Amino acid sequence: MSDTVQRAPGVTGGKPAGSAGRNGGLGQLGRAGRLLLQQREATVFLVVVLLILYFGYINSNGRGVFFTRLDLINLSQIAAPIMIIAYGEVLLLICGEIDLSVGFIYAFAPFVMHFLAAYYGVPGILAIIFAIILVGGGVGLINGFLTVTLRLPSFITTLGTGFILGGLILTTGHGEQATIDASVQGIGKYLGTLGWAEFIWAAGLLVVFHLLLRRTRWGLHTIAVGGNATGAREAGINIARIKYGNFMITGVLGAFVGIQISFQTQVVDTFSGGAAYQPMFYAVAAAVIGGTAMLGGSGTMIGAFLGGAVLAVLTDGFDVIGVSAYPLEIFFGGAILIAMIANVQFARLRGQGRVK
Amino acid sequence: MSEAAPQGQQPSAQEPQDPAPSGDAAPAASPPGDVLRAEHIAKRYGAVTALTDINLHLGRGEVLGLLGDNGAGKSTLMKILCGFQPADAGRIVLEGSEVTFKSVDHARSLGIDTVYQDLALVNQLSVYHNLFLNREVTRWPLLANGKMRKLARQYLDEMGINIPSVDSDVAALSGGQRQAIAVARAVHSNAKILLLDEPLAAMGAKEAAIILDLVRDLKNKGQVSVIIIAHNYGQALEICDRVNLLQHGEITFDKQSADTSVEELNDIVIAEYRRAALERQRTA
Repeated sequence: MSDTVQRAPGVTGGKPAGSAGRNGGLGQLGRAGRLLLQQREATVFLVVVLLILYFGYINSNGRGVFFTRLDLINLSQIAAPIMIIAYGEVLLLICGEIDLSVGFIYAFAPFVMHFLAAYYGVPGILAIIFAIILVGGGVGLINGFLTVTLRLPSFITTLGTGFILGGLILTTGHGEQATIDASVQGIGKYLGTLGWAEFIWAAGLLVVFHLLLRRTRWGLHTIAVGGNATGAREAGINIARIKYGNFMITGVLGAFVGIQISFQTQVVDTFSGGAAYQPMFYAVAAAVIGGTAMLGGSGTMIGAFLGGAVLAVLTDGFDVIGVSAYPLEIFFGGAILIAMIANVQFARLRGQGRVK
Repeated sequence: MSEAAPQGQQPSAQEPQDPAPSGDAAPAASPPGDVLRAEHIAKRYGAVTALTDINLHLGRGEVLGLLGDNGAGKSTLMKILCGFQPADAGRIVLEGSEVTFKSVDHARSLGIDTVYQDLALVNQLSVYHNLFLNREVTRWPLLANGKMRKLARQYLDEMGINIPSVDSDVAALSGGQRQAIAVARAVHSNAKILLLDEPLAAMGAKEAAIILDLVRDLKNKGQVSVIIIAHNYGQALEICDRVNLLQHGEITFDKQSADTSVEELNDIVIAEYRRAALERQRTA
C-alpha cells in the first residue's frame, strides 16, 4: 500500500524532474538506483557484469582473452543449456515442484534420436522431433502422474525416474558412445553445430518463456498454484493440469538441450556414473540464483537467464585464468553461495524500503 | 482459452430450466421464488458425521444467515453448496431442477459463487490478477492486463472499496481490503447466488462495516441471493432477512430476522450446551 504511494512518484516523476534542471540530477540518480534495486533481477545482473569485468580484464594476464570471439562462443555454449533447462525448472519451482530427472532426459533423448535415425531409418527431422516429444513429453507425463496422481513428492519421483533412465541409457547403449548419424547432421547445424546456435535458442526461448510466465493464463495459474494451492483450487484452477504441463515442458526442454549438446559435441554420450545430474543441478542453481523461491509462488525467467550467465561466466572464467580443475569447484560453490547471500540480503533491503 | 469479461451474460445453455413446466412432475417441487433448496443433505468424514439431515431454502433476492457454533457443520454445508465436495446423501435443487455439482467451476457456471473463509487470494499476485483469477480477460494468447486493470479499478470504485493501487500485491493489503477484494471478485462473476463463509471473521469494526455495506448494497439491488455464515448474531440479524441455526449437523431454527433477537439465539445455543453437558454428567 504505502509502497505504491511511494513508488508512484518515482516512476512517473522521472521526466518532469529531469527537465526541471540541474538540482534534480542527484535525486534522480538516487531514484534510478532505488528503481534498479526494486527490480528483482538487478542484483544478479550486477553480479554478471562484475564477474565478466573481473575475468575479462583484471585477471587475464592483460590479454583480455575472455573477450575474444572464440571464448565468447565458448561462454555462450556453456550458458545456453543451463538457461534453457532452467526455464523449465523455474516453472516447476514456482508451482511447488522440482525435476531432478531432467539431466537423464537430456542424456536419453539423443539416444532415442540415434536409434530412430540409424537403426529404423526415420528421416532426420522426424527422428529429432519424435525423440524430443517421446522422451521429454513422455518422462514429463510419468513424472506428473507419479507426483500429481499418485501424490509422491516430486523430489522422490524424479530421483526414481532419473535412476531408471540412467540405467536404461547404460543398458541400451552398452556403456559406449556413438557418433551422430549422418542423416540428422543437416538439421544439427541449426540446433548446436553452429557456434552461436544454442545461445540464439536460449535467447529466443527466454522471450517465449518470459511471456508464458508473465503474460498468459498458464503462467498466472502456475504462480497461483504455487502461491496458494487451496485458493487456486477454490478459484477453479485445475492444479493437476498445470503441474502435469510444467513437468512435460521441463522434460521437452531437457530433451531439446540434450540433442543440442549431442550435435555440439558430435557424440551421443552415456553420461555414466550419475554425470547426468550436473545439467539439472546447474539449472536449479541458475533458477535459484536468479531469485526463484524454492518454496514456490515466485520466480522469473530473466533471473534464470542471468543465473545461467553467472554460472557460465564462473566456469569459463576460472578456465580462462587458469585455475586448475581440482579447486575449481571450491570457487564455484563459494561463488554460488555469495551470489545467493547477495540476493537474499538485497531482497531484504528492498523489503525494508517497501515497509517504510 | 479466452473468457468473457465477468460482466458478460451467462451462456443461455447453462441457464437452469424454469420450474413452471416440470413443476407438477417433480416429486418435491420448490415453491416459486426459491432459487436454491437443499434437501436431506448428509455428509460424513470417516467416523465423524458432519451433517445429518440438512433442509434449507433460499428465496430470490434473500439474504440468509447461517449461524451456529464451531463444528456445527456450517463450512461443510457451504463446501457442498458451492461444489467443492459432494454430499453423501440428499439433493440440491437449483431454480426448480435437481443438480449435481461436479466441481466448483461447474457450480460457478450455474451461477453459484463463493467467498471462502481463507479468501482464496494469491499473495504473490496483484489485486487485479486476483480479481480476475481463473476468469482472466485475454487477447489470445496473452492476458489483456490493461483491460483487467481498468475493469478492476472500475469495479472497486463502484463498490466503494478504497484500495490505493490495483497493481499492488494483495499481500500488502489489510484484512478488510482482502475480504473486500474477494467479495468483489464473487459479485462480478455474475453470480446469482453468493455464498459468504465467515466474511466478518477477524475483522475490525471499520472493516466489518465495509463488508456489511457491500452486502446491504447487493441486497438493495435485489439481483443476488446471498447465504452468509456468521458468528456474530448481532451483525447477522442486522443484514440478513432470515436466519437459520445449525446444530450438530441439522438446522434447528428458522425465523425471519425481524421475529427473533440476539437474546433468543443465545438462549437456544446456551440451552443446548447445558443440555449436552448435563447428559455427559449423567452418562459419566
